[in-house]
Amino acid sequence: MPTSQEILVPLLLTLKVAGWATLVSSLFGIAIAFAAARLRFPGKEVLDAMMTLPMVMPPTVLGYYLLVLLGRRGILGQWLYENLGITLIFTWQGAVIAATVVAFPLVYKAARVAFEGIDPQFEHAARALGQSEPAVFIRVTLPLAWRGILAGSMLAFARALGEFGATLMVAGSLPGRTQTLSIAVYEAVQAGKDDVANFLVILTSIVCISILLASGRLLRPHYAS
Amino acid sequence: MRIEVDIRKKLRSNGRDFSLDVKFACEDELNVVFGPSGAGKSLTLRAIAGLEKPDYGRITVGGTVFFDSLAGIDLPASERKVGYLFQDYALFPHLTVEANVGFAVKRWWERHLSAQAARRVAELMELFELRGMEQSYPAQLSGGQRQRVALARALIRHPEVLLLDEPFAALDPLLRNRMRRELLDTRSLFEVPMLVITHDPEDVASLAETLVILEHGRVARKIDLKTPPFRDGEGHVNERSIRGLLVDVGREEPPAPRPTMRAVK
Repeated sequence: MPTSQEILVPLLLTLKVAGWATLVSSLFGIAIAFAAARLRFPGKEVLDAMMTLPMVMPPTVLGYYLLVLLGRRGILGQWLYENLGITLIFTWQGAVIAATVVAFPLVYKAARVAFEGIDPQFEHAARALGQSEPAVFIRVTLPLAWRGILAGSMLAFARALGEFGATLMVAGSLPGRTQTLSIAVYEAVQAGKDDVANFLVILTSIVCISILLASGRLLRPHYAS
Repeated sequence: MRIEVDIRKKLRSNGRDFSLDVKFACEDELNVVFGPSGAGKSLTLRAIAGLEKPDYGRITVGGTVFFDSLAGIDLPASERKVGYLFQDYALFPHLTVEANVGFAVKRWWERHLSAQAARRVAELMELFELRGMEQSYPAQLSGGQRQRVALARALIRHPEVLLLDEPFAALDPLLRNRMRRELLDTRSLFEVPMLVITHDPEDVASLAETLVILEHGRVARKIDLKTPPFRDGEGHVNERSIRGLLVDVGREEPPAPRPTMRAVK
C-alpha cells in the first residue's frame, strides 16, 4: 500500500497549484477576453493569436521561455531577485506560473466566445435604465456570460491539474514542494512503484471526469424555456 | 416637452455608405417617426437615447442638452432620463419578471430592493396586469406580457420621454390593436410624452399627433395630424387621408449626394 505521504502530499500540492492557476488565469482571461470582444484596436488579431499560443506550443517550449524570463539570470527573474529577493524557479509559485500560462487560453477562448454571444441590446437596455458601465458589466454582461466562463475555468483547472512539461522545466520535481500529481506519477513509474502509480492515476482520472461532467452541465442554460 | 434633433452621422456597413442627416423638432405628446426600413429611424432613436454617437449636431430634450458636438457635450446614456422600449423588448433573460421591472431602482451591491422600491415594483406589476408572474422568466411570457414588462421596466424611473422602437413589430397582428390601445392608456396614465418609430401605417393612424417622415436618412416631411383633414372637428382620426400621406413613402430614388469639396474642385 502507498503511504499517505506519497498520495496526500502531491494531491494537496496539485490542488493548491491548480487552484491558484485557475484563479489567476480566469481573472486575466476574463479581462482580456472582454477587451477583445468589445473594443476595437489595432493588432487585435495578433493579440488573439498570442493569447492562444500556449494552447498549441509544446509545454517544454513554454517552460523554456519561462525559464529565460524568470530564471535568476532571466530578464524579469534577475530584477525580482536583486530588488525584492524573490526566486520563482523551483518553488510552488513557479509551478503556479507555469500552470497559469498553459491553462490561460482555455479561459480566454471560452470567455471571448461567451462575451461575443451576448446580444448588445441587453447592455444597451441596462444603460438606458441608468446603469453606469461597471454596473452594466456586473449586472448584465457577466451574468449572461458566466456559464461559458465557468466552463472555461473548469477546463483550465483540469488542464492545470495535469500540467507536466512546463511545470517540470520551471519548478522541477522536489517531493513535497513542487512534485505535483502528474510528475509524481512519472516518478513512481520510473522508480517501479506500480501501486503508488496506480493509485495516483485512478485519483487523477476521477477528478478530471468529475470536472468534465460538471462543466458539461453548466453549459446548459436554465432560464431558456 | 420639446424634442429637438439635428444630427449627422456617416456609417459604413456591408460595404455600403449610409449618411444620416436628420433635423426635426416636435412637442406633442405622441410623435411618430415613419419611414421604410433603412431610412435611419433606429439610428436616430438610438442617438437620442445616447446608445449611438452622432458625428455632428445637437439633441435637446425638454431643455436639457443631451448632445452638442460644438459645445463638446455628450451626456452618457445612463444620465439621459429617457425610457427606451426595444423592438424585441431586450428583457434580461437571466432575471425574473420582478427583477426586470425593478432593475433601474436597485443598486448592484444591494441584495434586495428597498421597501420603497419594492412598493413601486408591486404597483407597476399590478397596473400592467403582471401579478402572479413575479417569479417567471421572460422566456415563459407571451408577446403582450413581455411588452408590458418592458414598459413597466422603462417607466419605473419616471423618464421625461419614452422612446419606442417599432413597439408592435414583434407582436401577433391580432394583438397589435389591443396593445396600441394599452399604450395610449399608459401614455395618459403616466403623462409621459412618446416618440415612436415605425414602418407600419396603422401605428401612424392610431398613435400620431405629430408625424415625421424619414426617407434615405433625411426628413422628407413633418406633418401636424391634430387638425383637418387628418382629424374631424370631434377629434376622430381620418384614416384614409393619413394613409394617403404614406402611400408613396420609400418609392422614390435616393436623392443625389450633396456636392463634396472634391466634386466642386
